[in-house]
Amino acid sequence: MDWHTLAARLFGTTHQVVADGDFLCGTAAFDGATLAIVGTTNHAAVGVDLALRQARAILEVVAAHPGRPLLLLVDTQGQMLRRRDELLGIHRAMAHLGGCIDLARRQGHPVIGLVYDQALSGGFITSGLMADACHALPEAEIRVMRVPAMARVTKLPEELLESLSRSNPVFAPGVANYVAMGGVRSLWDGDLAAHLRAALADRDTTDRRAEEGAARGGRRVAADVVRQVLRA
Amino acid sequence: MTRSFAEMSARERLAAVVDAGSFHEWLPPAARVMSPHLAQLGVPAAFDDGVAIGRATLAGRAVLVAAQEGEFMGGGVGEVHGAKLVGLLRRALRDRPDAVVLLAESGGVRLHEANAGLIAVSEVMRALLDARAAGIATIVLIGGANGCFGGMGIVARCADTVVMSDIARHAMSGPEVIESAHGAGEFDSRDRALVWRTTGGKHRWLSGDCDTLVEDDPQAFRDAAVAALDGHRPMTLAALQQESALLQRRADLDGDNADAFELWSRLGVPDARSVPDLDADAVRARRPAAMAPLATGAA
Repeated sequence: MDWHTLAARLFGTTHQVVADGDFLCGTAAFDGATLAIVGTTNHAAVGVDLALRQARAILEVVAAHPGRPLLLLVDTQGQMLRRRDELLGIHRAMAHLGGCIDLARRQGHPVIGLVYDQALSGGFITSGLMADACHALPEAEIRVMRVPAMARVTKLPEELLESLSRSNPVFAPGVANYVAMGGVRSLWDGDLAAHLRAALADRDTTDRRAEEGAARGGRRVAADVVRQVLRA
Repeated sequence: MTRSFAEMSARERLAAVVDAGSFHEWLPPAARVMSPHLAQLGVPAAFDDGVAIGRATLAGRAVLVAAQEGEFMGGGVGEVHGAKLVGLLRRALRDRPDAVVLLAESGGVRLHEANAGLIAVSEVMRALLDARAAGIATIVLIGGANGCFGGMGIVARCADTVVMSDIARHAMSGPEVIESAHGAGEFDSRDRALVWRTTGGKHRWLSGDCDTLVEDDPQAFRDAAVAALDGHRPMTLAALQQESALLQRRADLDGDNADAFELWSRLGVPDARSVPDLDADAVRARRPAAMAPLATGAA
Protein backbone atom coordinates (compact mmCIF):
# COMPACT_ATOMS: atom_id res chain seq x y z
CA MET A 1 0.00 0.00 0.00
CA ASP A 2 1.16 3.52 -0.83
CA TRP A 3 2.18 5.35 2.36
CA HIS A 4 -0.22 8.26 1.63
CA THR A 5 -3.14 5.83 1.52
CA LEU A 6 -1.89 4.09 4.65
CA ALA A 7 -1.55 7.36 6.57
CA ALA A 8 -5.01 8.47 5.46
CA ARG A 9 -6.55 5.15 6.56
CA LEU A 10 -4.81 5.36 9.94
CA PHE A 11 -5.11 9.07 10.68
CA GLY A 12 -7.48 10.70 8.21
CA THR A 13 -6.32 13.86 6.48
CA THR A 14 -4.85 15.69 9.47
CA HIS A 15 -1.50 13.96 9.86
CA GLN A 16 1.85 15.71 9.42
CA VAL A 17 3.81 12.81 7.92
CA VAL A 18 6.04 13.84 5.02
CA ALA A 19 8.43 12.03 2.72
CA ASP A 20 11.86 13.44 1.98
CA GLY A 21 13.30 11.13 -0.64
CA ASP A 22 13.02 7.63 0.83
CA PHE A 23 12.69 8.92 4.40
CA LEU A 24 9.33 9.20 6.14
CA CYS A 25 8.90 11.28 9.27
CA GLY A 26 6.26 13.23 11.12
CA THR A 27 3.48 13.16 13.67
CA ALA A 28 -0.20 12.38 13.76
CA ALA A 29 -2.99 12.84 16.25
CA PHE A 30 -4.42 9.51 17.33
CA ASP A 31 -7.08 9.04 20.02
CA GLY A 32 -6.24 12.43 21.50
CA ALA A 33 -2.51 11.77 21.76
CA THR A 34 0.38 12.55 19.43
CA LEU A 35 2.14 9.71 17.65
CA ALA A 36 5.62 9.93 16.13
CA ILE A 37 6.09 8.24 12.77
CA VAL A 38 9.49 7.26 11.36
CA GLY A 39 10.13 5.03 8.40
CA THR A 40 11.08 4.52 4.78
CA THR A 41 9.32 4.37 1.42
CA ASN A 42 10.02 3.62 -2.28
CA HIS A 43 11.37 0.16 -1.28
CA ALA A 44 14.32 2.08 0.13
CA ALA A 45 17.79 0.59 0.15
CA VAL A 46 18.90 1.43 3.67
CA GLY A 47 22.44 2.73 3.71
CA VAL A 48 24.45 4.70 6.25
CA ASP A 49 22.70 7.98 5.51
CA LEU A 50 19.14 6.65 5.73
CA ALA A 51 19.93 4.63 8.87
CA LEU A 52 21.37 7.73 10.56
CA ARG A 53 18.40 9.87 9.55
CA GLN A 54 15.95 7.42 11.10
CA ALA A 55 18.12 7.14 14.21
CA ARG A 56 18.29 10.91 14.61
CA ALA A 57 14.52 11.24 14.25
CA ILE A 58 13.98 8.64 16.97
CA LEU A 59 16.51 10.28 19.31
CA GLU A 60 14.72 13.62 18.83
CA VAL A 61 11.44 12.02 19.91
CA VAL A 62 13.07 10.42 22.96
CA ALA A 63 14.77 13.69 23.92
CA ALA A 64 11.82 16.04 23.38
CA HIS A 65 8.71 13.92 23.95
CA PRO A 66 9.14 11.32 26.70
CA GLY A 67 6.73 8.43 26.33
CA ARG A 68 5.38 9.46 22.92
CA PRO A 69 4.37 6.33 20.97
CA LEU A 70 6.46 5.54 17.91
CA LEU A 71 5.16 3.92 14.74
CA LEU A 72 7.87 2.52 12.47
CA LEU A 73 6.72 2.23 8.86
CA VAL A 74 8.70 -0.38 6.94
CA ASP A 75 9.23 -0.47 3.18
CA THR A 76 12.75 -1.57 2.32
CA GLN A 77 14.53 -3.75 -0.23
CA GLY A 78 17.23 -4.39 2.40
CA GLN A 79 20.60 -2.84 3.05
CA MET A 80 22.36 -0.61 0.52
CA LEU A 81 24.83 -2.70 -1.48
CA ARG A 82 27.60 -0.15 -2.03
CA ARG A 83 31.30 -0.05 -1.23
CA ARG A 84 31.00 3.40 0.35
CA ASP A 85 28.45 2.15 2.87
CA GLU A 86 30.67 -0.76 3.84
CA LEU A 87 33.65 1.59 4.20
CA LEU A 88 31.61 3.89 6.43
CA GLY A 89 30.48 1.02 8.64
CA ILE A 90 26.90 0.36 7.54
CA HIS A 91 26.75 -2.40 10.20
CA ARG A 92 27.60 0.27 12.79
CA ALA A 93 24.96 2.67 11.50
CA MET A 94 22.35 -0.09 11.56
CA ALA A 95 23.36 -1.23 15.04
CA HIS A 96 23.09 2.42 16.08
CA LEU A 97 19.56 2.61 14.63
CA GLY A 98 18.59 -0.59 16.42
CA GLY A 99 20.10 0.82 19.62
CA CYS A 100 18.05 4.00 19.31
CA ILE A 101 14.81 2.01 18.92
CA ASP A 102 15.87 -0.14 21.86
CA LEU A 103 16.47 3.00 23.95
CA ALA A 104 13.00 4.32 23.10
CA ARG A 105 11.45 1.03 24.21
CA ARG A 106 13.40 0.98 27.46
CA GLN A 107 12.41 4.55 28.22
CA GLY A 108 8.76 3.61 27.98
CA HIS A 109 7.83 4.66 24.46
CA PRO A 110 5.40 2.16 22.96
CA VAL A 111 7.09 1.16 19.67
CA ILE A 112 5.03 -0.51 16.93
CA GLY A 113 6.46 -1.76 13.64
CA LEU A 114 4.29 -2.01 10.53
CA VAL A 115 5.41 -3.57 7.25
CA TYR A 116 3.11 -1.79 4.81
CA ASP A 117 4.88 -2.75 1.58
CA GLN A 118 8.11 -4.73 1.47
CA ALA A 119 10.66 -5.88 4.03
CA LEU A 120 13.93 -7.63 3.35
CA SER A 121 16.70 -8.76 5.66
CA GLY A 122 19.09 -6.00 6.73
CA GLY A 123 16.74 -3.03 6.56
CA PHE A 124 14.11 -4.96 8.53
CA ILE A 125 16.27 -6.29 11.40
CA THR A 126 17.02 -2.79 12.66
CA SER A 127 13.55 -1.31 12.15
CA GLY A 128 10.29 -3.24 12.45
CA LEU A 129 11.91 -6.25 14.09
CA MET A 130 13.26 -4.02 16.89
CA ALA A 131 9.78 -2.79 17.86
CA ASP A 132 7.80 -4.09 20.84
CA ALA A 133 5.90 -6.00 18.19
CA CYS A 134 5.89 -5.93 14.41
CA HIS A 135 2.70 -6.14 12.38
CA ALA A 136 2.07 -6.22 8.63
CA LEU A 137 -0.55 -5.53 6.01
CA PRO A 138 -1.79 -8.74 4.34
CA GLU A 139 -0.51 -7.63 0.92
CA ALA A 140 2.97 -6.80 2.23
CA GLU A 141 5.93 -8.94 1.32
CA ILE A 142 8.62 -10.12 3.75
CA ARG A 143 11.57 -12.28 2.89
CA VAL A 144 15.29 -12.78 3.25
CA MET A 145 16.20 -13.19 -0.40
CA ARG A 146 14.61 -14.13 -3.71
CA VAL A 147 14.66 -17.85 -4.51
CA PRO A 148 17.06 -17.65 -7.50
CA ALA A 149 19.59 -15.69 -5.44
CA MET A 150 19.12 -18.09 -2.53
CA ALA A 151 19.76 -21.01 -4.88
CA ARG A 152 22.95 -19.36 -6.11
CA VAL A 153 24.33 -18.67 -2.63
CA THR A 154 23.35 -22.00 -1.08
CA LYS A 155 24.20 -23.98 -4.25
CA LEU A 156 20.90 -25.82 -3.87
CA PRO A 157 18.65 -26.59 -6.85
CA GLU A 158 16.22 -23.77 -7.52
CA GLU A 159 13.39 -26.28 -8.13
CA LEU A 160 13.88 -27.76 -4.65
CA LEU A 161 13.72 -24.34 -3.01
CA GLU A 162 10.72 -23.39 -5.15
CA SER A 163 8.80 -26.47 -4.11
CA LEU A 164 9.74 -26.07 -0.43
CA SER A 165 8.74 -22.44 -0.54
CA ARG A 166 5.21 -23.49 -1.50
CA SER A 167 4.76 -25.72 1.54
CA ASN A 168 7.23 -24.69 4.23
CA PRO A 169 6.92 -21.38 6.12
CA VAL A 170 10.67 -21.34 6.72
CA PHE A 171 11.38 -20.86 3.01
CA ALA A 172 8.27 -19.21 1.72
CA PRO A 173 8.11 -15.47 1.41
CA GLY A 174 4.90 -13.88 2.56
CA VAL A 175 3.59 -12.28 5.68
CA ALA A 176 1.38 -15.20 6.74
CA ASN A 177 4.48 -17.34 7.19
CA TYR A 178 6.11 -14.68 9.33
CA VAL A 179 2.98 -14.63 11.48
CA ALA A 180 3.15 -18.43 11.80
CA MET A 181 6.81 -18.17 12.87
CA GLY A 182 6.12 -15.44 15.42
CA GLY A 183 8.20 -12.80 13.63
CA VAL A 184 5.07 -10.78 12.88
CA ARG A 185 2.45 -10.59 15.60
CA SER A 186 -0.61 -9.90 13.47
CA LEU A 187 -1.92 -8.88 10.07
CA TRP A 188 -3.87 -5.65 9.84
CA ASP A 189 -6.79 -5.61 7.45
CA GLY A 190 -10.08 -3.75 7.42
CA ASP A 191 -10.10 -1.08 10.12
CA LEU A 192 -6.40 -0.22 10.35
CA ALA A 193 -6.90 2.36 13.10
CA ALA A 194 -8.53 -0.30 15.28
CA HIS A 195 -5.50 -2.55 14.80
CA LEU A 196 -3.15 0.29 15.72
CA ARG A 197 -5.24 1.03 18.82
CA ALA A 198 -5.03 -2.61 19.90
CA ALA A 199 -1.28 -2.75 19.24
CA LEU A 200 -0.67 0.37 21.33
CA ALA A 201 -2.76 -1.09 24.17
CA ASP A 202 -0.59 -4.23 24.34
CA ARG A 203 2.12 -3.16 26.79
CA ASP A 204 3.83 -6.52 27.19
CA THR A 205 7.23 -5.57 25.79
CA THR A 206 9.04 -8.88 26.32
CA ASP A 207 10.26 -10.71 23.24
CA ARG A 208 7.75 -13.56 22.89
CA ARG A 209 8.34 -14.30 19.23
CA ALA A 210 9.79 -17.77 19.79
CA GLU A 211 6.85 -18.79 22.00
CA GLU A 212 4.38 -17.45 19.45
CA GLY A 213 6.20 -19.26 16.66
CA ALA A 214 5.90 -22.52 18.60
CA ALA A 215 2.25 -21.95 19.52
CA ARG A 216 1.37 -21.17 15.89
CA GLY A 217 3.35 -24.14 14.59
CA GLY A 218 5.59 -22.20 12.22
CA ARG A 219 8.81 -22.38 14.24
CA ARG A 220 8.74 -25.44 16.39
CA VAL A 221 12.11 -25.74 18.09
CA ALA A 222 13.47 -22.26 18.96
CA ALA A 223 11.47 -21.73 22.16
CA ASP A 224 12.28 -25.23 23.38
CA VAL A 225 16.02 -24.79 22.74
CA VAL A 226 15.98 -21.53 24.74
CA ARG A 227 14.28 -23.39 27.61
CA GLN A 228 16.83 -26.20 27.40
CA VAL A 229 19.68 -23.73 27.75
CA LEU A 230 18.03 -22.13 30.77
CA ARG A 231 17.63 -25.56 32.40
CA ALA A 232 21.08 -26.95 31.50
CA MET B 1 55.61 -20.00 17.13
CA THR B 2 52.18 -18.75 18.23
CA ARG B 3 49.09 -20.25 16.69
CA SER B 4 46.78 -18.37 14.35
CA PHE B 5 43.44 -17.56 16.03
CA ALA B 6 41.85 -17.47 12.57
CA GLU B 7 42.88 -21.05 11.82
CA MET B 8 41.56 -22.53 15.08
CA SER B 9 38.18 -24.21 15.44
CA ALA B 10 35.48 -22.60 17.58
CA ARG B 11 36.18 -24.88 20.56
CA GLU B 12 39.94 -24.43 20.25
CA ARG B 13 39.43 -20.66 20.36
CA LEU B 14 37.17 -20.94 23.40
CA ALA B 15 39.72 -23.10 25.20
CA ALA B 16 42.47 -20.61 24.43
CA VAL B 17 40.53 -17.52 25.48
CA VAL B 18 38.97 -18.59 28.81
CA ASP B 19 40.86 -19.88 31.88
CA ALA B 20 42.41 -23.28 31.14
CA GLY B 21 39.92 -26.11 31.61
CA SER B 22 37.14 -23.81 32.83
CA PHE B 23 34.74 -24.16 29.89
CA HIS B 24 31.60 -26.14 30.68
CA GLU B 25 29.43 -26.62 27.62
CA TRP B 26 25.61 -26.58 27.54
CA LEU B 27 23.75 -28.55 24.87
CA PRO B 28 27.06 -30.09 23.71
CA PRO B 29 27.34 -32.15 20.51
CA ALA B 30 26.43 -35.29 22.50
CA ALA B 31 23.00 -33.75 23.18
CA ARG B 32 22.32 -33.73 19.41
CA VAL B 33 20.30 -30.51 19.41
CA MET B 34 20.26 -30.07 15.64
CA SER B 35 18.65 -28.09 12.88
CA PRO B 36 15.23 -29.46 11.89
CA HIS B 37 15.47 -27.84 8.45
CA LEU B 38 18.61 -29.13 6.76
CA ALA B 39 17.67 -32.79 6.16
CA GLN B 40 14.95 -31.92 3.62
CA LEU B 41 17.59 -29.99 1.66
CA GLY B 42 19.96 -32.93 1.69
CA VAL B 43 22.47 -30.82 3.60
CA PRO B 44 24.43 -32.41 6.48
CA ALA B 45 23.52 -31.06 9.92
CA ALA B 46 25.94 -30.56 12.83
CA PHE B 47 25.45 -32.02 16.30
CA ASP B 48 25.85 -28.53 17.81
CA ASP B 49 24.32 -26.56 14.90
CA GLY B 50 27.59 -24.69 14.53
CA VAL B 51 27.84 -22.96 17.88
CA ALA B 52 29.27 -23.92 21.27
CA ILE B 53 27.81 -22.24 24.36
CA GLY B 54 28.46 -22.54 28.07
CA ARG B 55 30.00 -21.05 31.17
CA ALA B 56 33.64 -20.48 32.02
CA THR B 57 35.91 -18.24 34.00
CA LEU B 58 38.06 -15.49 32.57
CA ALA B 59 40.85 -14.22 34.81
CA GLY B 60 38.93 -15.97 37.60
CA ARG B 61 35.67 -14.18 36.91
CA ALA B 62 32.41 -15.82 35.91
CA VAL B 63 31.51 -15.41 32.26
CA LEU B 64 29.11 -16.99 29.78
CA VAL B 65 30.67 -17.74 26.43
CA ALA B 66 29.72 -18.72 22.90
CA ALA B 67 31.79 -19.51 19.84
CA GLN B 68 30.49 -19.79 16.29
CA GLU B 69 32.09 -22.39 14.03
CA GLY B 70 32.85 -20.88 10.64
CA GLU B 71 33.56 -24.29 9.14
CA PHE B 72 29.88 -25.21 9.50
CA MET B 73 27.78 -23.25 7.01
CA GLY B 74 30.01 -20.22 7.39
CA GLY B 75 28.76 -19.68 10.92
CA GLY B 76 25.31 -18.87 9.55
CA VAL B 77 22.56 -18.39 12.10
CA GLY B 78 19.73 -20.90 11.83
CA GLU B 79 16.81 -21.54 14.16
CA VAL B 80 18.70 -23.73 16.67
CA HIS B 81 22.00 -21.83 16.44
CA GLY B 82 20.18 -18.56 17.14
CA ALA B 83 18.09 -20.06 19.95
CA LYS B 84 21.25 -21.34 21.69
CA LEU B 85 22.63 -17.79 21.66
CA VAL B 86 19.31 -16.36 22.88
CA GLY B 87 19.18 -18.94 25.68
CA LEU B 88 22.72 -18.05 26.72
CA LEU B 89 21.94 -14.32 26.81
CA ARG B 90 18.70 -14.88 28.76
CA ARG B 91 20.64 -17.04 31.17
CA ALA B 92 23.08 -14.16 31.60
CA LEU B 93 20.14 -11.95 32.58
CA ARG B 94 19.14 -14.50 35.20
CA ASP B 95 22.57 -15.62 36.51
CA ARG B 96 24.37 -12.25 36.29
CA PRO B 97 27.87 -13.25 35.21
CA ASP B 98 30.48 -10.48 34.90
CA ALA B 99 30.36 -10.73 31.13
CA VAL B 100 29.13 -12.54 28.05
CA VAL B 101 31.92 -13.23 25.57
CA LEU B 102 30.96 -14.11 22.00
CA LEU B 103 33.59 -15.43 19.60
CA ALA B 104 31.80 -14.41 16.43
CA GLU B 105 32.40 -15.93 13.02
CA SER B 106 29.35 -15.72 10.80
CA GLY B 107 28.02 -14.83 7.39
CA GLY B 108 24.80 -13.74 9.09
CA VAL B 109 21.41 -15.33 8.45
CA ARG B 110 21.77 -18.98 7.37
CA LEU B 111 20.02 -18.83 4.01
CA HIS B 112 19.14 -22.54 4.20
CA GLU B 113 16.76 -21.56 7.01
CA ALA B 114 15.83 -18.23 5.47
CA ASN B 115 12.91 -16.81 7.45
CA ALA B 116 13.69 -18.69 10.66
CA GLY B 117 17.28 -17.45 10.50
CA LEU B 118 16.22 -13.83 10.04
CA ILE B 119 13.90 -13.89 13.04
CA ALA B 120 16.56 -15.73 15.06
CA VAL B 121 19.14 -13.02 14.38
CA SER B 122 16.64 -10.40 15.51
CA GLU B 123 16.01 -12.36 18.72
CA VAL B 124 19.76 -12.59 19.38
CA MET B 125 20.07 -8.83 18.90
CA ARG B 126 17.25 -8.08 21.33
CA ALA B 127 18.62 -10.55 23.90
CA LEU B 128 22.13 -9.07 23.66
CA LEU B 129 20.79 -5.55 24.17
CA ASP B 130 18.80 -6.82 27.18
CA ALA B 131 21.99 -8.23 28.74
CA ARG B 132 23.88 -5.03 28.00
CA ALA B 133 21.08 -2.89 29.47
CA ALA B 134 21.25 -5.03 32.62
CA GLY B 135 24.86 -3.94 33.12
CA ILE B 136 26.51 -7.18 32.01
CA ALA B 137 29.62 -6.49 29.94
CA THR B 138 29.09 -7.80 26.41
CA ILE B 139 32.29 -8.59 24.52
CA VAL B 140 32.60 -9.76 20.91
CA LEU B 141 35.85 -11.18 19.52
CA ILE B 142 36.10 -11.23 15.71
CA GLY B 143 39.05 -13.20 14.40
CA GLY B 144 37.75 -16.03 12.24
CA ALA B 145 38.63 -16.44 8.58
CA ASN B 146 34.98 -15.91 7.55
CA GLY B 147 34.71 -12.58 9.35
CA CYS B 148 31.45 -11.31 10.82
CA PHE B 149 28.79 -10.21 8.34
CA GLY B 150 25.13 -9.57 7.75
CA GLY B 151 22.81 -9.67 10.72
CA MET B 152 25.61 -10.94 12.95
CA GLY B 153 27.69 -7.95 11.87
CA ILE B 154 24.94 -5.76 13.30
CA VAL B 155 24.54 -7.88 16.44
CA ALA B 156 28.29 -7.75 17.10
CA ARG B 157 28.34 -3.96 17.04
CA CYS B 158 25.54 -3.90 19.63
CA ALA B 159 28.08 -5.14 22.20
CA ASP B 160 29.99 -2.94 24.63
CA THR B 161 33.33 -4.02 23.20
CA VAL B 162 34.38 -5.33 19.79
CA VAL B 163 37.87 -6.83 19.50
CA MET B 164 39.26 -7.55 16.03
CA SER B 165 42.48 -8.91 14.63
CA ASP B 166 44.10 -7.15 11.72
CA ILE B 167 43.20 -10.04 9.41
CA ALA B 168 39.54 -10.15 10.50
CA ARG B 169 36.68 -8.48 8.65
CA HIS B 170 33.55 -6.91 10.09
CA ALA B 171 30.91 -5.61 7.70
CA MET B 172 27.38 -6.01 6.39
CA SER B 173 27.36 -7.39 2.82
CA GLY B 174 30.21 -9.47 1.48
CA PRO B 175 32.18 -8.03 -1.46
CA GLU B 176 30.88 -10.76 -3.78
CA VAL B 177 27.30 -9.70 -3.07
CA ILE B 178 28.07 -6.05 -3.80
CA GLU B 179 29.99 -6.96 -6.93
CA SER B 180 27.11 -9.10 -8.22
CA ALA B 181 24.69 -6.21 -7.61
CA HIS B 182 26.73 -3.37 -9.08
CA GLY B 183 29.77 -4.83 -10.83
CA ALA B 184 33.48 -5.06 -10.13
CA GLY B 185 33.81 -1.33 -10.74
CA GLU B 186 31.79 -0.79 -7.56
CA PHE B 187 33.66 -3.33 -5.42
CA ASP B 188 36.16 -5.78 -6.89
CA SER B 189 35.84 -8.83 -4.64
CA ARG B 190 39.10 -10.31 -5.95
CA ASP B 191 41.13 -7.26 -4.95
CA ARG B 192 42.08 -8.51 -1.49
CA ALA B 193 43.93 -5.33 -0.53
CA LEU B 194 40.83 -3.27 -1.38
CA VAL B 195 38.54 -5.65 0.51
CA TRP B 196 40.72 -5.53 3.64
CA ARG B 197 41.20 -1.78 3.69
CA THR B 198 37.41 -1.40 3.31
CA THR B 199 36.25 -3.92 5.94
CA GLY B 200 39.32 -5.23 7.79
CA GLY B 201 40.43 -4.78 11.38
CA LYS B 202 42.87 -1.95 10.71
CA HIS B 203 40.22 0.14 8.99
CA ARG B 204 37.62 -0.55 11.68
CA TRP B 205 40.15 0.48 14.32
CA LEU B 206 41.24 3.68 12.57
CA SER B 207 37.65 4.75 11.92
CA GLY B 208 36.46 3.95 15.44
CA ASP B 209 34.27 0.89 14.76
CA CYS B 210 36.33 -1.55 16.79
CA ASP B 211 37.49 -1.03 20.35
CA THR B 212 40.65 -3.12 20.41
CA LEU B 213 42.91 -4.14 17.54
CA VAL B 214 45.09 -7.20 18.14
CA GLU B 215 47.36 -9.54 16.21
CA ASP B 216 45.99 -12.88 14.99
CA ASP B 217 47.01 -14.53 18.26
CA PRO B 218 44.81 -16.33 20.83
CA GLN B 219 46.70 -14.85 23.78
CA ALA B 220 46.14 -11.34 22.42
CA PHE B 221 42.41 -12.03 22.12
CA ARG B 222 42.37 -13.39 25.69
CA ASP B 223 44.18 -10.33 27.02
CA ALA B 224 41.77 -8.03 25.20
CA ALA B 225 38.74 -9.93 26.57
CA VAL B 226 40.11 -9.70 30.13
CA ALA B 227 40.67 -5.97 29.68
CA ALA B 228 37.07 -5.57 28.50
CA LEU B 229 35.52 -7.28 31.55
CA ASP B 230 34.97 -3.91 33.22
CA GLY B 231 34.19 -2.14 29.97
CA HIS B 232 30.43 -1.95 30.34
CA ARG B 233 28.99 1.16 28.70
CA PRO B 234 25.34 2.05 29.19
CA MET B 235 23.47 2.99 26.02
CA THR B 236 22.07 6.25 27.33
CA LEU B 237 20.37 8.99 25.35
CA ALA B 238 23.51 11.13 25.68
CA ALA B 239 25.76 8.30 24.48
CA LEU B 240 23.57 7.60 21.45
CA GLN B 241 23.33 11.31 20.61
CA GLN B 242 27.10 11.53 20.66
CA GLU B 243 27.44 8.39 18.54
CA SER B 244 24.89 9.80 16.08
CA ALA B 245 26.83 13.04 15.69
CA LEU B 246 30.16 11.26 15.23
CA LEU B 247 28.79 8.79 12.68
CA GLN B 248 27.24 11.66 10.74
CA ARG B 249 30.48 13.65 10.79
CA ARG B 250 32.37 10.60 9.56
CA ALA B 251 29.85 9.98 6.75
CA ASP B 252 30.08 13.65 5.73
CA LEU B 253 33.83 13.22 5.27
CA ASP B 254 33.11 10.78 2.47
CA GLY B 255 30.40 12.47 0.45
CA ASP B 256 32.35 11.78 -2.74
CA ASN B 257 32.79 7.99 -2.48
CA ALA B 258 36.48 8.14 -1.60
CA ASP B 259 38.77 5.14 -1.13
CA ALA B 260 39.89 4.04 2.34
CA PHE B 261 43.29 5.73 1.94
CA GLU B 262 41.63 9.05 1.23
CA LEU B 263 39.16 8.62 4.10
CA TRP B 264 41.98 7.81 6.54
CA SER B 265 43.82 10.94 5.46
CA ARG B 266 40.70 13.03 5.98
CA LEU B 267 40.24 11.46 9.41
CA GLY B 268 43.76 12.61 10.22
CA VAL B 269 45.67 9.31 9.99
CA PRO B 270 49.32 10.14 9.25
CA ASP B 271 50.88 8.56 6.15
CA ALA B 272 47.72 6.62 5.30
CA ARG B 273 49.34 4.78 2.38
CA SER B 274 51.67 2.89 4.72
CA VAL B 275 48.90 1.46 6.93
CA PRO B 276 48.52 -1.92 5.14
CA ASP B 277 52.20 -2.67 5.79
CA LEU B 278 52.10 -1.90 9.52
CA ASP B 279 51.60 -4.38 12.35
CA ALA B 280 48.73 -4.00 14.81
CA ASP B 281 50.85 -2.13 17.38
CA ALA B 282 51.86 0.51 14.87
CA VAL B 283 48.30 0.91 13.55
CA ARG B 284 46.93 1.28 17.10
CA ALA B 285 49.12 4.32 17.58
CA ARG B 286 47.76 6.03 14.49
CA ARG B 287 44.09 6.31 15.31
CA PRO B 288 43.03 9.94 15.20
CA ALA B 289 41.77 11.30 18.52
CA ALA B 290 38.56 12.41 16.83
CA MET B 291 37.54 8.78 16.16
CA ALA B 292 38.47 7.36 19.57
CA PRO B 293 35.19 8.41 21.24
CA LEU B 294 33.25 6.28 18.74
CA ALA B 295 35.07 3.23 19.99
CA THR B 296 35.05 4.09 23.67
CA GLY B 297 31.43 5.25 23.46
CA ALA B 298 32.07 7.99 26.01
CA ALA B 299 28.81 9.27 27.42
